[in-house]
Amino acid sequence: MQPEKKKSSFASQVLQSIYEASVIPFLAILTSVIIGGLIIKSVGGDPFVAYKGLLQGAFGSAKAWSETAIWATPYIFAGLAVALAFRGGLFNIGAEGQLAFGAVFSALIGYALPGWLGFDLPIYIHLPLAILAGALAGGIWAAIVGALKAYTGGHEVINTIMMNYIALNMTSFLVGGVMKDKNPLNVISRTPLIAESARIAPIFDGLRIHWGFVLALVMAFLVWWLLNKTTLGFEIRTVGLNPDAAKYAGINVKKIITLTMLFSGILAGMAGAIEVTGLNYRHELGFSSGYGYDAIAIALLGKSHPLGVVLASFLFAAMRNGATRMQFLTQLPVDLISMIQALVLLFVAADAIVRYIYRIKAKGERVTLTRGWGG
Amino acid sequence: MTELVLEAKGITKQFPGVLASDNVCFDLRQGEIHALLGENGAGKSTLMNVLYGLHKADKGEIMVNGQLAAIQSPKDSIALGIGMVHQHFMLIPVFTVAENVMLGDETVKNGALDQKTVAARINEISHQYGLDVDPNALVGSLPVGIQQRVEIVKTLYRNANIVILDEPTAVLTPQEAEDLFRIMRDLTARGVSIIFITHKLKEVLAVADRITVMRAGKVINTVLPAETNEAQLANMMVGRQVILTVDKKDHPAKDPVLEVGDFCVHDSRGLEVVHRVSFTVHGGEVLGIAGVQGNGQTELSEALTGLRLASGGRVQMAGKDVTNQPPRVITATGLAHIPEDRQRHGLVMSYSIGDNMALCDYYRAPFSKNGMMQPKALDENARQLIQAFDVRTPSSFVNAGKLSGGNQQKVIVARELSRDVKLVIANQPTRGLDVGSIEYIHSEIIKMRDRGVGVLLISAELDEIMALSDRIAVMYRGNIVATVDAKKVSREQLGLWMAGAQTA
Amino acid sequence: MDWKRFGFIALIITVLFGAVVAVGQEQQRPLLIITSMLATTISVATPLTLGALSGVFCERSGVVNIGIEGMMLSSAFFGWFTAMYLSNIYDWALMPSIITGAIVAVLAGALMGLLLGWLSITFKVDQIIGGTVINILAVGLTGFLNRQLFFGKSSLFQGTVPSSPGVFSAAHFPINEIFSPLCGSGALCLEDVNAINRVFDQKPIALLAIALVFVAHYVLFKTRWGLRTRAVGEHPKAADTVGINVERMRYVNVLIGGMLAGLGGAYFTLESIPSFEPLMTNGRGFISLAAMIFGNWTPIGAWAAALVFGASQALQINMQLFRDSIPEQWAFLQQSYVVGLTPYILTMLILTGIIGKTTPPAADGTPYEK
Repeated sequence: MQPEKKKSSFASQVLQSIYEASVIPFLAILTSVIIGGLIIKSVGGDPFVAYKGLLQGAFGSAKAWSETAIWATPYIFAGLAVALAFRGGLFNIGAEGQLAFGAVFSALIGYALPGWLGFDLPIYIHLPLAILAGALAGGIWAAIVGALKAYTGGHEVINTIMMNYIALNMTSFLVGGVMKDKNPLNVISRTPLIAESARIAPIFDGLRIHWGFVLALVMAFLVWWLLNKTTLGFEIRTVGLNPDAAKYAGINVKKIITLTMLFSGILAGMAGAIEVTGLNYRHELGFSSGYGYDAIAIALLGKSHPLGVVLASFLFAAMRNGATRMQFLTQLPVDLISMIQALVLLFVAADAIVRYIYRIKAKGERVTLTRGWGG
Repeated sequence: MTELVLEAKGITKQFPGVLASDNVCFDLRQGEIHALLGENGAGKSTLMNVLYGLHKADKGEIMVNGQLAAIQSPKDSIALGIGMVHQHFMLIPVFTVAENVMLGDETVKNGALDQKTVAARINEISHQYGLDVDPNALVGSLPVGIQQRVEIVKTLYRNANIVILDEPTAVLTPQEAEDLFRIMRDLTARGVSIIFITHKLKEVLAVADRITVMRAGKVINTVLPAETNEAQLANMMVGRQVILTVDKKDHPAKDPVLEVGDFCVHDSRGLEVVHRVSFTVHGGEVLGIAGVQGNGQTELSEALTGLRLASGGRVQMAGKDVTNQPPRVITATGLAHIPEDRQRHGLVMSYSIGDNMALCDYYRAPFSKNGMMQPKALDENARQLIQAFDVRTPSSFVNAGKLSGGNQQKVIVARELSRDVKLVIANQPTRGLDVGSIEYIHSEIIKMRDRGVGVLLISAELDEIMALSDRIAVMYRGNIVATVDAKKVSREQLGLWMAGAQTA
Repeated sequence: MDWKRFGFIALIITVLFGAVVAVGQEQQRPLLIITSMLATTISVATPLTLGALSGVFCERSGVVNIGIEGMMLSSAFFGWFTAMYLSNIYDWALMPSIITGAIVAVLAGALMGLLLGWLSITFKVDQIIGGTVINILAVGLTGFLNRQLFFGKSSLFQGTVPSSPGVFSAAHFPINEIFSPLCGSGALCLEDVNAINRVFDQKPIALLAIALVFVAHYVLFKTRWGLRTRAVGEHPKAADTVGINVERMRYVNVLIGGMLAGLGGAYFTLESIPSFEPLMTNGRGFISLAAMIFGNWTPIGAWAAALVFGASQALQINMQLFRDSIPEQWAFLQQSYVVGLTPYILTMLILTGIIGKTTPPAADGTPYEK
């Protein structure tokens, strides 16, 4: 073994692995864009005008960038949640429900805490508390499923989906009842506005983009750091790749599974909390439809790597944001974007299809999530 | 000149990275037992899989009874009268014997499966060949030796006159192996021709009419048993002189490092598979646990290493009670474990060699400080161990999954034996390895023994047990039925105990 | 099915029925309440039964099918759309439109099944990811098409949803005709016989579902094809060595699974409510999986479990009818938010395994590599 040779090939190894990691997602996006263009053509539109409109709407001005970043923020949090779970060998489909609880509880702290205490709070106490409340709510909601999986073997796929429905019901109940905005002019299910001291400030005057976006990027870095630099991250990854060997290595597999779901839920809860404290300043039923499921596509597209998740989040955010401009220019419905996103997901998940089309050889391991139903 | 029932000419099969069959020629005469001998990885199974239709050869042709045969799938080979009994049984545990036998060739009456007719035919075959299987038994509940007979019935049910047996004695006691040989001679007397695949020299000389030796995908030679001996065959198998015995110095045993008393373990279905087992391993000795697979050894070693809970009894390691302690505690007390399933319990395939080398100690210094991993320390450790234990790899960054079986085992051995250990539990440590790796592992085990470490060796290979052990215990159906001095016991006696024929 | 499991099912059903009887007995006679619950239970259990059967066929051959929800949703849409299209654009009569719609729904399910097979068998994509992709695809596709075809100004129907051809009507079994003469002139007796008759007068898909349970049982356990399917799901290599084409068997099973899920989807828009709402399947596909697991991957067991879930849904529906009789302190229970949670919590409880260990097919979820 020659050390010198290792050094020079290390750099090329890194480049090689970046190439390998991104070629399939890139081709998946490309293929989806092409098919999307064909669909546009088939309903009588002009694909080039449509995509130009999309790009303009997403990146054409400072405001566009700001809006795209706003869309990207919850995607990053939720995508990180799913990605972290994937690395731990778990499939967290419950980001939707964890996010809802995160939003509800951060809103609660946001509008109700001063009332309970009897005095106002400074922003540097109130805001963190609100975000923390949301994060913990999401975290606990997910940890329940993690514990069920660890100690009873109940598969997290069905359990998180069930928890989504339960969360949906419970948040409807809360926001439509006890937590409803009591303003007589209000008819829809939403909470009152949260206090000023619980709101995240915008970064620039005149643009909606707020510091929550920066927090999202920080969290992406933290997740990367956790997984790759810490001992706990080593344990999480080992459990994800081979729970039997992990057990022999002395890792408490049950604890790690529960912990992984807890962290995942915290991130998803933050997605909801940041939307409330940074953007809407309240929680309204139905605002978050689909973030949790988009997060799955984002995590897969980003190959469960924090940087990939950030990039994939921007992609999806750009699609969502640019869609309105695209519709304005071409009269094409925004639903088309959902179709393209679904196609991207299909090609990313079935990377074998992309490989087959473009004749690329397979490499590397796949984390196996389907290990039967346990129990 | 007896006619050839099967002739394979120029069979070549390439897998990614390895030429498994290199222009192989092989023939089978009517009514003979033709042994195919070779070490693990020599290409024997690949050749048979091609003959049976599970793989398609890149080049070459097969003639059955003088006619060119196009074998695309097992359906074709079965139609030509070829039957195969695989090394790992192709039986479905939750089906009955009858269902397993008729699968793929079902008898149907009015749209429904005709179990009665099938059972009757199975009984007929059973009696004719002395195989004695119950058509209505659930295969999963049958002992391994009987399961093998079901596999043989499967081939006879389809009127096979060429039967391939792939390493059939791996799961049998010496007595059961004798029984199998009797059945084989019976079959050939009735006109069946047999291909017998094995890596065991003694068996080949005992039962074969002709012996073909393979090595690294090529046929080396075909000889008659009368014209050769074990040493010659081993030489042909490996390509060099093979030391068939291990040099062991005698020295007095030290204090006990492992004391197991009244140990009971249940398996995942809740059945008790280890019944009140008691034994002691002293420092500086090798205690070999002999026994055919499936008699509780797996669960025993899992329970001793903390991977499974014991349901009763106690375990003391170096004087400390470690009964049902978590793996980390047991490891810290001084245990080294070479697991039976290296890919499942021993390594994380997609981790680098470096990460795998630190798998048991990653959580403490120097590999971990203040909750952060120390990559430099991991790398340094890996390099030292790769050197010391002669692991063949270009760098420590290679994924463990890319190594050969022998090198993977070396990574595990390097990790485990480089610690300060008092006891080594080695479970089937040389299964599936090439002769070079086997020799290496054996020498490492003896090295540990000579250093004063106690070794608990669990193996289904009787030769290995007899070569390495100072004392031998035999396990049968979850009980230790005998514990003896290795120098004072014969192979036959061990075989009897392994078959449950006697208790000491 | 073992007695512990059977006992649990009987217990739950008794509790659920008992709760409704206890609450409603002031307003109606127990027998009438029970028959009403039974009729509703059988009806609403239909998609769950079909979904569970879909799961059984797929998983018995070794393919995990998480996509039942998506399959049902897309079939519900395509079946309904077909019926709407035929009756409004081509002026077909109501029954033929609905029947054709049902057939299209089954075909849509088959196509989705084929997609799942393609992803997980040929391309060996992780089956849970494959199933999730189908679910997300279904939501996107049905949402997109729903809006495009019905709500845009330039859409097929010019922006207003036309009238639906309706739903299947219930079959009639002549129980009333046979037994009421025995009642003479007893009014209560006549009422009872009528009520019992209504339990049996189910709609076609519901009846078909029950019939299919027994057909599935026979096929899976008594026929050659069923033996091979189960072999492929337990030990595909063993099946391969006796000449069975593992991939083809899995494809066929996944196709059948898709068709069953498709029929389940048809229930929503062609038998239950004559309209399509996005996400209207509301988790029923996943609950079907729980029913399948609880039934230990057998058709009859899955059906029994589906009935339990159906009963909990029937509980919710009937509680609404009797809400005036619920004592004050239990009032919050009848809120749909609480009672509506029963199926989901029940599912999670079943998955913990405290009600009994279940054994999936041994090779369930593992792609077959030669």
